[in-house]
Amino acid sequence: MAEDIYQPLDQDIHTEPMILQMGPSHPATHGTVRFTLTLDGEKVIKCDTEVGYLHRGFEKECENSTWTQVFPYTDRLNYVSPLLNNFGYALAVERLLEIEVPERCNWIRTIMGEISRLSDHLTCVGAGGLELGAMTAFLYALEGRELVWDLIEEVTGARLTVSYGRIGGVKDDLTEDFADRWAYTRGRLQEIHANTHKLLTRNRIFLDRMQGTGVLTPEMGISYGYTGPVLRSTGVDYDVRKDHPYFMYGEVDFDVPVGDTGDNYDRYLVRMEEITQSIRIIDQCLERMEPGPVNSDDPRVVLPEKEKVYNSIEGMINHFKIIFEGIQVPPGEVYSYTEAGNGELGFYIVSNGTGKPWKIHVRSPSLIMMGGLHHLIEGGLLADIIPTFDTINMIGGECDK
Amino acid sequence: MSKKLIDFVAKHFADEVLDSHSRLGNDTVVLKRDRLPEIVERLRDDESTAMNMLRAITSVDYLNRIPRFEVVYVLYSISKKHMLTLRVVVEEEDCTAPSIHHLYGAAGWMEREVWDMYGVEFDGHPDLRRVLLYEEFEGHPLRKDYAKQASQPRLDLLVRERDSVEEFNVFYKSKPSEGSRDS
Repeated sequence: MAEDIYQPLDQDIHTEPMILQMGPSHPATHGTVRFTLTLDGEKVIKCDTEVGYLHRGFEKECENSTWTQVFPYTDRLNYVSPLLNNFGYALAVERLLEIEVPERCNWIRTIMGEISRLSDHLTCVGAGGLELGAMTAFLYALEGRELVWDLIEEVTGARLTVSYGRIGGVKDDLTEDFADRWAYTRGRLQEIHANTHKLLTRNRIFLDRMQGTGVLTPEMGISYGYTGPVLRSTGVDYDVRKDHPYFMYGEVDFDVPVGDTGDNYDRYLVRMEEITQSIRIIDQCLERMEPGPVNSDDPRVVLPEKEKVYNSIEGMINHFKIIFEGIQVPPGEVYSYTEAGNGELGFYIVSNGTGKPWKIHVRSPSLIMMGGLHHLIEGGLLADIIPTFDTINMIGGECDK
Repeated sequence: MSKKLIDFVAKHFADEVLDSHSRLGNDTVVLKRDRLPEIVERLRDDESTAMNMLRAITSVDYLNRIPRFEVVYVLYSISKKHMLTLRVVVEEEDCTAPSIHHLYGAAGWMEREVWDMYGVEFDGHPDLRRVLLYEEFEGHPLRKDYAKQASQPRLDLLVRERDSVEEFNVFYKSKPSEGSRDS
């Protein structure tokens, strides 16, 4: 009976959803994060995100440190752009203290902040290429990041955990040959930027993987608290630097790029354009900044000069009190926010009038974006998680605090 | 900064407002907790306020004060570019607050984080789990009476995991490494 061995063609093949654990340390995820996926074939039906593998108790540690000792911890939030965290935290405490920093300090913070943003965006774009198989683009982007880190190293003395911000100023002035070194880095960065465009922007494989995947609508982006390049890619032009200028962003001229579809490709393009804008901001700052002091002259917050510390009793006592008792911040609370690499970085700080913070809450853009990530993943293919997760650019330290 | 938003809340919900002030560029209203979702919804939907984004939810533990906790909501309007901080007082004995997860998508995870760190329960939250810590964690670490160096009890392995460890040990002992030079 030969015909019996053939199955009827119209038979309904029984399938059932499969549960797949992706992570905690999947090679294509930047941070340690676990997705519990329910799959129907290759399609993701449900995604449950689990974070917290890098939790180090940032907020608890801060409550047990003096206000100044918090700076090294903020380095370890978004470790790709630590300077932005330093300055965001310094600004929050300065608002609570109601002190102004000198103009040159604000210029330096703007420059160094944008340099950090360059490093953040280059990493995100390069790693995105790498995960989709474009190793060359990754190497170019990392060369750019190395150059940027060389600049940071020259000014701050460290590459990654810089602790360059101070309450009432910065650690040190820029080095004398900073402008020359920037001129070199700038030229090279523009070449890298152009090369990355050539390698990726019209690349067929890249387009197929990025276009139309991980789509975010503006309404959902706002409701889920998305900020930064991810929200701007949907067409909402919300940028803290433009809407509520701080440091010197009100003085310089720059554009806020927006996308229109809110897919992965738009997020990539927004980040590429922001690299150009950051270079523009740094150029204007270097042109316009004037020599001057970089630290506030308020003896309550800034350490006295070493000469006074060693040669006068007042200087000695002042130094001792700031180091041991901490800066005395008046009681009160403030929510202060800045634009970090991934979005709005907010600090809600409460002081009870002593040298230690009573509470520091970080509004970390990554953690909030992870809260809505399942909407971007559900309904798409399993393989689309890789580009979506990259363009969200979750940074473990910031997300898990 | 104008006090328009504070006046708005005071006008429509006069009975609920405990205190309000505008300091350091932050407009703050301290509220009773029960009608919070209603107030937030009004602030979100009214055209003159249009607070369409929830920036943050957090909590503050004032250890020796009664009421002990405050839950802080930071609302923002992308179109109007104004911000309002709502603070809700929560007592230690009745450590709950109404959930606003149905008004903002972001509130779901933010409320989970507050529950994780402070142990404030949110009524009506569909999925109130820990978010940064693990399920078996005991206590809520950002409470001021949780010592910084406090340690957690060691977890027993699940039966399934323990079995696989024993199985591995038996296998390992019966068969020393093949690459070892002694054998």
